[in-house]
Amino acid sequence: MMDIRKIKKLIEIIEESDVAELEIHEGEDSVRISRYSSSQLVAPAPVISGTSQEVRREISTASPAVKEVEAEVPAGHTILSPMVGTFYLAPSPESEHFVKVGQQVGAGDTLCVIEAMKILNQIESDKAGVVSKILVENAQPVEYNQPLFVIE
Amino acid sequence: MLDKIVIANRGEIALRILRACRELGIQAVAVHSEADRELKHVLLADESVCIGPAPSNESYLNMPAIISAAEVTDSVAIHPGYGFLSENADFAEKVVQSGFVFIGPRPETIRLMGDKISAKRAMQEAGIPCVPGSGDPLDDNKSKTLRLAKEIGYPVIIKASGGGGGRGMRTVHTEAALLNAVTLTKSEAKATFGDETVYMEKFLETPRHIEFQVLADTHGNAIHLGERDCSTQRRHQKVIEEAPAPGITEEQRQRMGQRCAKACQDIGYVGAGTFEFLYENDEFYFIEMNTRVQVEHPVTEMVCGFDIVKEQIRIAAGDKLSITQDEVKIQGHAVECRLNAEDPETFMPSPGVIEQFHMPGGPGIRVETHIYNGYSVPPYYDSMIGKLIAHGESRESALARLRTALNEMVIAGIKTNILLHRDIVNDGAFISGSQNIHYLEKKLGL
Repeated sequence: MMDIRKIKKLIEIIEESDVAELEIHEGEDSVRISRYSSSQLVAPAPVISGTSQEVRREISTASPAVKEVEAEVPAGHTILSPMVGTFYLAPSPESEHFVKVGQQVGAGDTLCVIEAMKILNQIESDKAGVVSKILVENAQPVEYNQPLFVIE
Repeated sequence: MLDKIVIANRGEIALRILRACRELGIQAVAVHSEADRELKHVLLADESVCIGPAPSNESYLNMPAIISAAEVTDSVAIHPGYGFLSENADFAEKVVQSGFVFIGPRPETIRLMGDKISAKRAMQEAGIPCVPGSGDPLDDNKSKTLRLAKEIGYPVIIKASGGGGGRGMRTVHTEAALLNAVTLTKSEAKATFGDETVYMEKFLETPRHIEFQVLADTHGNAIHLGERDCSTQRRHQKVIEEAPAPGITEEQRQRMGQRCAKACQDIGYVGAGTFEFLYENDEFYFIEMNTRVQVEHPVTEMVCGFDIVKEQIRIAAGDKLSITQDEVKIQGHAVECRLNAEDPETFMPSPGVIEQFHMPGGPGIRVETHIYNGYSVPPYYDSMIGKLIAHGESRESALARLRTALNEMVIAGIKTNILLHRDIVNDGAFISGSQNIHYLEKKLGL
């Protein structure tokens, strides 16, 4: 069984570097440690449970992850998710996407659907403009107020 | 065992549930409002989902949002905590219909106990003594209502069937005031609970509030974990709770406890629950049942050496109860103080940033709180920010430890009711024990 001190050291290495993911095999044991930005809906803990506290930011300081998100939200008008669900770019798997990057949209145009409890909810743009960024991948879960699109 | 649970609550109970999940190796999903991104359990959970803006009805009471969050995270169960949707039969039903496990009783049971009239009827059938009363809802027949009150004997209390927890009730001392009181209570009930059904009961003048903790599994087993005394109340809100209830004999405990456990079996109860009684002149009178874990569950956990929240999860996973009635032993005494972010004089909520939080410690001291240095108590939710519990080999020992802990505890930056608690635990009447539900209000001159 891999030494917990070794694992802690590996986590420190990840935190202090730009390394995104580290996988080590030692005989029959293996450890994979990944760094994910906490702006994502799913915040996975390292493979070994119980060490999740080490990679979490300190509770008493303002969360740096929130600051990351703020830095990432680009200029232009951001469309935020009004609900929790699964984000889809098209009304069905075979259909064309509602919008593409660079596409001109009008206020009231459907940009995507969010599925929750078997119901597809159409999300409309509240502004006219050009879709400059699509911030969520198809079939990804989204939470309330999560940025979805940037309209410029 | 369940793989992943959505914690559909906030604050200290959400943290409590998270800790139970950690112990059982269960993944925890924290659903939270926009205002609660910095809650301790949200920061510690395996996953978190923002389900809505700050107002409760758009977040913690938002059924589709919570169930959606369970869907997108591939959770298998939802723990509702206490308050919010924990006793909402519709929510429990939707959770089950959506394919998730609801950590609590079956929706039908929640519905049965949520209607205070049908709950009383079910209890009477199970042989649980109830407060003498109308039995049926009050109708428009004025002379019938007047006659009923005369039979019961003044003072009487008019209660909303859809109410509970101290809400939707009015006391009547004279015949002259009766009919007006019924009309007023009906209107309030309609406005608050959407149901104007009311019933009448004898009003007990100096009762104590004594409740019994029960646990029941899906295999037909049901046990009780003894009683709690929650008579220290202000405006029907509990301020201090303790276990066991001073003055209650072992014989009384076993007799009432067994009756409650048997009632659980009769109604097919599943999970943790509490039977609430008013106790006067050595008699117990059932008032209502809470079909959820209670705020004050720690005092029972301390005297029984047992983890109720962990057991709730085990029961929901289909396990048998992990102890038998014979294995339940009450040891020592435990007292709990509810810590509120409120003005000590006006009782107005006092949200704001906690500049310094220093937790007490020592033998028998347990602190259940989500607050930390720099945490900002939001203004949108109720003011309870934690619980301080002390256990000792006797009531004197528990109170002595509690006094020490209250003196050590520091919560600076917001107003809290710590001074009120220090006052109560040094008060002669409280120290002598067995005070009734009017004790605190009388002491505060209300």
